[in-house]
Amino acid sequence: MSERLTLDDVREILALLDDSPYDEMTLTTDRFSVSFSRSGGAQWTQETRTSPRADSSTTDAAPAVFAAVEAPAHASAGDGLLPVNAALPGTFYRAPKPGAEPFVDVGSSVDDDTIVAIIETMKLMNPVSAGCRGEVVEILVGNGEMVEVGDVLMRVRSVPA
Amino acid sequence: MTIRSVLIANRGEIACRILTTCRRLGIETVLAASEIDRDAVPARLADRVIVIGASPATESYLNVSAVIAAALTAGVDAIHPGYGFLAENPKLARRSKEEDLIFIGPTAAQLADLGDKVRARELAAAADLPLVPGRSVANASEAAAFAEGVGYPVVLKATAGGGGKGMTRIDSVSRLAEAFPLAQSEARAAFGDDRLYVERYIENGRHIEVQVLGDGTDVIHFGDRDCSIQRRYQKLVEEAPAPDLGEGLRARIRDAAVRFARHCSYRGLGTVEFLVDIEAERFYFLEMNARIQVEHPVTEAVTGYDLVAEQIAVAGGRPLGIHQDDIALSGHAIECRINAEDPTRDFLPSPGRLTRAVFPAGAGLRVDTHVESGVDVPPFYDSLVAKIIARGRDRLESIDAMQTALDHCRIEGITTNLPLQRAIMSDAQFTAGCVGTRWLENYLSKRHV
Repeated sequence: MSERLTLDDVREILALLDDSPYDEMTLTTDRFSVSFSRSGGAQWTQETRTSPRADSSTTDAAPAVFAAVEAPAHASAGDGLLPVNAALPGTFYRAPKPGAEPFVDVGSSVDDDTIVAIIETMKLMNPVSAGCRGEVVEILVGNGEMVEVGDVLMRVRSVPA
Repeated sequence: MTIRSVLIANRGEIACRILTTCRRLGIETVLAASEIDRDAVPARLADRVIVIGASPATESYLNVSAVIAAALTAGVDAIHPGYGFLAENPKLARRSKEEDLIFIGPTAAQLADLGDKVRARELAAAADLPLVPGRSVANASEAAAFAEGVGYPVVLKATAGGGGKGMTRIDSVSRLAEAFPLAQSEARAAFGDDRLYVERYIENGRHIEVQVLGDGTDVIHFGDRDCSIQRRYQKLVEEAPAPDLGEGLRARIRDAAVRFARHCSYRGLGTVEFLVDIEAERFYFLEMNARIQVEHPVTEAVTGYDLVAEQIAVAGGRPLGIHQDDIALSGHAIECRINAEDPTRDFLPSPGRLTRAVFPAGAGLRVDTHVESGVDVPPFYDSLVAKIIARGRDRLESIDAMQTALDHCRIEGITTNLPLQRAIMSDAQFTAGCVGTRWLENYLSKRHV
């Protein structure tokens, strides 16, 4: 069983605080901590941190860590190959739907705005454009695999315009 | 039968919302969670947690067999599906019944009827509700043929869908060819069904919906909501009651919603959605959402009812304990959805670690959320991180309360639409009221040009 502050609890605490001379209060128990502070206009805010379940049948897997980096621009590695990077984390799909022809294959010609894949993030299908002109020479991620921001999805051999 | 234990087959803020009511009612809770959610906030609130599958929704929250197996293993009386995922999936309702579990929602047959746009329209026509012209289509060329008949723009919708997923406005035949497969993919990802439906697009209508509750015989309503502030059919701001609606039109819309639900012998909590042409004083049936909705708190704020508790009561087989005359609306409420998305980068999703989450607290404010400082917002599910609900004696007072509330939110580590919500709440056109479903997209295009 876990306990947590209910809205009514918060209201009661706020009512007590309203009558008090204090501007901040932190309440810590072994299950949660909650901080209240009075900000401009005598408004209150709340910040809660719940402690993990005591009876933890919890995962030993590390929580997913998301790289908060911009996908690097198309920097050639010096071999004339341009990477197509993931701009956001999600599930990589090579075709518009299961069983359909992939958007591109090794050997396909692409332009800047050619859709080469889809990354599904937060239930949205985000089309991935090649962002460069040339020929796909390598596809590094398998259909349905998770990708992180900045992962190289494909490599394209650049063709002069 | 009295429901004593519930399996909650959902996640996020709605799982927390259902858990709160269950706790108040003394109902034991078991949460069906995906791997990545096994230690999330809802899991800590639940009495027990069963991991039903891997993190992608298709392997967990959309897996009917896994949900049923979890319910049987836990020995619960009922399953609450929340919204999205399997909430409107007739298979889950049917399998529940076969296993003697109460599905907290309508019957499997009602879900099948209402979830199918074509069938729902037949029912609406039979109940004498006005309809927008439309038809189901198997491919882009069928959709193009329809569009040529009624004229562009048209809108593509998931036949099995609701909540705007897989919905796309189409302005030209070339756009149609491109959008059709993407809409199919989104429909499949969201509902496990990629059939599409095309409809004439009504320019600048308002999205007005009516909250209903039925016990299989009788139906009552809890008033209306306006959800016109949308982007790509995703609602961002909702309010109750709908502002600037003539009382005659309002009464006709509410009557139509109740008439439709009665015609379906509807059992459960549901929302009948309409597109309203204010100038012409006309309204059209859009669909019925046969579940609790994201925006239900604004209705709770102006009626004082706990809609989840009422939903559980009728699912347990109790006749409606409320009469229409018992429901009195008081004041005005607004909800702002705080999403992990970046309005400055075409609403690019922004999953990641929330380093800090501070929410407003105070009289007339409510925050429904599953996040707190230090949690991860995974990329597998939708981007909603919190709903801020502000109530006032009238609309302007609730907008004023919302402005203050938004100013007191601190969300760090991920990008959210908080700045956009602040801008909307202080926009003169919005505060004047009566904006249509195209308003936000026009507003955004002007701001970024």
